[in-house]
Amino acid sequence: MPEGIKDKVAIIGMGCTRFGERWEDTCSDLIVDAFKECLEDAGIEKNDIQAAWFGTCIEEQSCGKSAVPLSNTLKLPFIPATRVENFCATGSEALRAACYAVASGAYDIALALGVEKLKDTGYAGLPDFAQLAGTDTRMITPNFTAPGAFATLATRYFARYNLKPDEGKRILAMVSSKSHHNGAMNPKAHLRREVTVEEVMSAPIIAWPLGLYDCCGVSDGAAAAIVTRADMAKQFRPDPVYIKALQISVSSGMELMHSSYDGTHIESTTHAAAAAYKEAGVKNAREEVNMAEVHDCFSITELVTMEDMQFSPRGKAGDDVQAGRFNLDGAQPIQPDGGLKCFGHPIGASGLRMMYEVYKQCQGKAGPRQVKNMKLGATHNLGGVPQMNICSVLIAGL
Amino acid sequence: MVGITSYGGYIPLYRMDRMTAYKAMGWLNPAAILPGERSIASYDEDSVTMAVAAARDCLKGVAKEKIDGLYIATTTSPYKQREGAGIIGTALSLRPNIRTADFTDSTKAGTGAILSACDAIKAGSAKNILVCASDLRKERAGGYQEQLYGDGAASVLIGDTDVIASIEGSYSVSYDFSDSWRADTDEFERAWEDRWRRDEGYERQLTESITGLLTKYNLNIKDFARIVITCHFERAATAIARKVGAEPSQVQDVMMRTMGDSGASYPLVILVAALEEAKPGDKILVASYGNGSDALFLQVTDQIEKTRDNKGIKKWLARKKMLDNYDKYLAWREEIPMDRGFRGEETSSTQLSALWRGRKVFLGLWGSRCKKCGTPMYPAQRVCVNPDCGAIDEMEDYCFADRKATLFTYTSDLLAYSVNPPAMYGVVDFEGGGRFWFDIADCDPESLKVGMPMEMILRIKYVEHGRGVTSYSWKAVPLME
Repeated sequence: MPEGIKDKVAIIGMGCTRFGERWEDTCSDLIVDAFKECLEDAGIEKNDIQAAWFGTCIEEQSCGKSAVPLSNTLKLPFIPATRVENFCATGSEALRAACYAVASGAYDIALALGVEKLKDTGYAGLPDFAQLAGTDTRMITPNFTAPGAFATLATRYFARYNLKPDEGKRILAMVSSKSHHNGAMNPKAHLRREVTVEEVMSAPIIAWPLGLYDCCGVSDGAAAAIVTRADMAKQFRPDPVYIKALQISVSSGMELMHSSYDGTHIESTTHAAAAAYKEAGVKNAREEVNMAEVHDCFSITELVTMEDMQFSPRGKAGDDVQAGRFNLDGAQPIQPDGGLKCFGHPIGASGLRMMYEVYKQCQGKAGPRQVKNMKLGATHNLGGVPQMNICSVLIAGL
Repeated sequence: MVGITSYGGYIPLYRMDRMTAYKAMGWLNPAAILPGERSIASYDEDSVTMAVAAARDCLKGVAKEKIDGLYIATTTSPYKQREGAGIIGTALSLRPNIRTADFTDSTKAGTGAILSACDAIKAGSAKNILVCASDLRKERAGGYQEQLYGDGAASVLIGDTDVIASIEGSYSVSYDFSDSWRADTDEFERAWEDRWRRDEGYERQLTESITGLLTKYNLNIKDFARIVITCHFERAATAIARKVGAEPSQVQDVMMRTMGDSGASYPLVILVAALEEAKPGDKILVASYGNGSDALFLQVTDQIEKTRDNKGIKKWLARKKMLDNYDKYLAWREEIPMDRGFRGEETSSTQLSALWRGRKVFLGLWGSRCKKCGTPMYPAQRVCVNPDCGAIDEMEDYCFADRKATLFTYTSDLLAYSVNPPAMYGVVDFEGGGRFWFDIADCDPESLKVGMPMEMILRIKYVEHGRGVTSYSWKAVPLME
């Protein structure tokens, strides 16, 4: 059994830009903004950083390939830098690489930075996915979009649990409405308006059964973290946040091609979550994880993630949603920062943005959104579609 | 005995009441009006996909290895240079060592292809040749052709064993009669005055070929159970019958009320409709039209009963949905500049070398089946996807094209670009195993249900105008009962 990286790595600084339609800013502007806050928060100099990992997904639309855009923008002094990409789990990949580098002893201080500039396509939604698939894939896959692919999860979930469209949509609407409530309190969030369950339910359909408010914001933004060896962390600050577990799982192809997949959950999340709980020593996720930032690209994703992360029993996430368990004042707040839904979703930055909230919550710095008795937080960062994806689960605490 | 050994048909789902077109464009040409409805191919169909559908109907229960040749007759091939028969043969998973040819440039190309197939078989060059005929013609808005024409395909298998209708003889006439034409660069057909077409074209030339046939073989027209007169002027069809000594009751319905003139496939479509109702011993006369005429003399055998399960023409005709939006029809035909949006303009270029490499997977819907655990999978894999197996390089080829399926889950997506939004797609489970996601066609989003029975059909995936490439893929459609 590998021993894992529990308590070997600590985050000593983080930065996150305001997410949103940053029409006036370039990728470089976003990178600099996130980096500046991160550096100041860590209290170190740029030259203290020994290696960097750079996450960006749809580079064609923004900064281009490789780690050069990061290194050139920040004028990093010829240190090792690598670009990573794993769909929407890209930000978590940058952090994972930096954490592993430090845990291995290769470096003492490493930077993870993720950025995405999505709003330069000229149309709503993510850049067209079908164009980004590989040579063979795009010859046979439907011309799908992200909301459409995740809508198939809702269709199947509703069918399996005998939810009439209105019943299912009401539960999903409560998921979104809760996140809007939290996001409205977050000055860095993209969408800062409360919406009622009725408003969510009556919003225009994007991909049946998902409507406009079942979908997260498509945003520009960047986020960054500086990590160091756990035994050095308190030299930098009194309240570093320690990595308890960091796991990823990637689809085997089973979900798309084999009939054993039930289509009402995300298989990779179940694997990544179980592995993360094992690494962190979490026995009962429903009781021990105080808050989580999960990948609510769509309301249905958050709903099934509650089950996949073992926060709710199978088929019972809807009951927990209706009981208010995941509200800010509930037993297990989910998306206290507004989530992808309202904070927004600049792909390469999202995993690090989730971590930013867990980090601030652990340090008691989340202001009106502060979760009580905060000990352990989790991030869940999902890339891809229900039928083929990458899931990263990270657990952190003081 | 050489003749037809099987038949198949294909009529697109959509029909348009001709009044729908007339209400929109009748102001332009008040005299251009016909009764009834015409068939309308969907936005993702062309002469190739319709030919494949008809051929699959024709090949139901036929061993594909037997087929030595494939001819397609069409005046509307998506390519001037790239053989349609080659695309169709790949989609049908026919052997590569067969003879293929495209018969084109005249609406009598369909009967020409049948006669050539017969001759090849009589000469001993081939045992079985599949003949497809298909046309999807673009017409100018408000023109008479828009009222006259319909879209559709038919297919016959020509062979010398288990013949359902022998081809006893033929008589052809050929004239450079330019009553309708398209120049090399023309998108739309042009036609001379319809009275001249009718009198000097249809009436004179069909009469000549039919009379010629009767004389050549010393036949009595009264002995024919059905006469297929490929004439879109309904009354002229009756007049021709009278001229050659037949009763109007012998004339097979020219389907102008239900489908329209489908070009090169028109005589075959009407012939298939006649065969569907034919009895052993019936004599059938078929006369095509287009720069002359071919007249064929067929004799139905008692083998006809074995084709009764084919969809033919009647079953496809019964499956219909009225298209009551004329503007949508124009948009499907790219006759009005539709706002596709920037998302709609983003298409990757087709990699022809990749298409060739993956032709069985992309065009033939071939996957693989694990010899260790029996799991079928699409697309073809080298490593078994069954989590309990995972065998490497233990695969055999496995085709999904003719397998029934059930809809596992679905969506109707208004964000994805589609010529006909919402884009419907979903995951299907194949009977016997195997799962993949596909576009869904030929139904309304409201009709989709988890668990509903589906079947697969070849359609256009996208047309890459900049490079002149039409890309095809298989889509799921509700199972036709």
